[in-house]
Amino acid sequence: MYAFNYQRPKTVRQAAGLLAKAGGDGKLLAGGQTLLPTMKQRLASPAMLIDLNQVDGMSGIELKGRNLHIGAMTKHADVANSHVVKTAIPGLAALAEGIGDPAVRNRGTIGGSIANNDPAADYPAACLGLGATIVTNKRKIPADEFFTGMFDTALEEGEIVTKVIFPVPQKAAYEKFPNPASRYAMVGVFVGKKGSDVRVAVTGAGANGVFRLPEFEAALKTRFNAKSLDGLSVPADGLNGDIHASPEYRAHLIGVMAKRAVSKALGK
Amino acid sequence: MASVTMTVNGKSVTATIDPRMLLSSFLREHLRLTGTHVGCDTSQCGACVVHVDGRAIKSCTALAISLDGAQVTTIEGLAADGHLHPMQEAFREHHGLQCGFCTPGMIMSAVDIVNRKGAMLDEHTIREELEGNICRCTGYHNIVKAVAAGAQAMAATKVAAE
Repeated sequence: MYAFNYQRPKTVRQAAGLLAKAGGDGKLLAGGQTLLPTMKQRLASPAMLIDLNQVDGMSGIELKGRNLHIGAMTKHADVANSHVVKTAIPGLAALAEGIGDPAVRNRGTIGGSIANNDPAADYPAACLGLGATIVTNKRKIPADEFFTGMFDTALEEGEIVTKVIFPVPQKAAYEKFPNPASRYAMVGVFVGKKGSDVRVAVTGAGANGVFRLPEFEAALKTRFNAKSLDGLSVPADGLNGDIHASPEYRAHLIGVMAKRAVSKALGK
Repeated sequence: MASVTMTVNGKSVTATIDPRMLLSSFLREHLRLTGTHVGCDTSQCGACVVHVDGRAIKSCTALAISLDGAQVTTIEGLAADGHLHPMQEAFREHHGLQCGFCTPGMIMSAVDIVNRKGAMLDEHTIREELEGNICRCTGYHNIVKAVAAGAQAMAATKVAAE
């Protein structure tokens, strides 16, 4: 790891000020479960590391009306074990329970995960599949506009994710096919149904990160059942291919995971 | 260099360290608590698991400087009054180790599992929960047995203490 200037702000405003001051050379440290390994491998070498762990009011889970608010610094383990999340959006609690391993879940945060937008991360699928709103120190960004590409988001310089707001759906579930070694999603599909709206979001497969499947959504709007997806397929173009799975294999897995997710959402 | 203060195994420690120092290096090199092992140094293997504020984390993937004010428990902090912790005793009794390199992390994770999931752990749960701890010798079988027995022993010790 290369040397960096370490800062420990107490407020979001201070953190934003430091981030702006650092120009492009500053990085925010949340749970550090991706950033620290990346820095250890010298794939990242920020001149300034701004630690958010002592900033007040950035973590916590609260149900406000029909929306679930989750602070950006909330750990995966806290989302997974929260009674509020398990009751309001059990599919989201189950997703958090499947990230990494228990020790990683005790450190990693939702804000860190979505700001990093790893193309195989789980939370981006939930944000897109539930139509979440990402709240920053500057504005509110719909999930549809937030995830702009592999490891890329709509976040501007000096912008910090402070919380994520999930509308509570009638039905939702996540299914992933984890890489047996890394446990990252080779393909993960999040399905959410709220009123007449159905969203299907795919992670792990797209060369540009998480994406929605309009054809699957249309079929499920007609009838929310795994059978509605029979005969639908996903083109392999634009999907990831690597030593673990070819684009064609991932395309097939998307259909399988989507059906499983729909059945799971229906409690089958 | 920056100053950090934390409580390690019940003792307050303050040190001036390079902000780059990982918790695992801080424990091993600064405090000479070498029971915490560094296996892969890439957050895969779990040999470095310690408890921070009561939760198991991988100490190779946390900056010591970031844990100012934290309560840290390492494998050295489990035994009390000259007696092994029930989970340590269970690993000894069930031969839950061969070379022993992964054992400190296994035991710290096992205690965390019991803290979260209670004493009645089935084999499936134990294997799932040990996902972040890798052992290259045992084939896990005796580790799983040790965790199940250690969990029950922890509960029995708790009852006896009350």
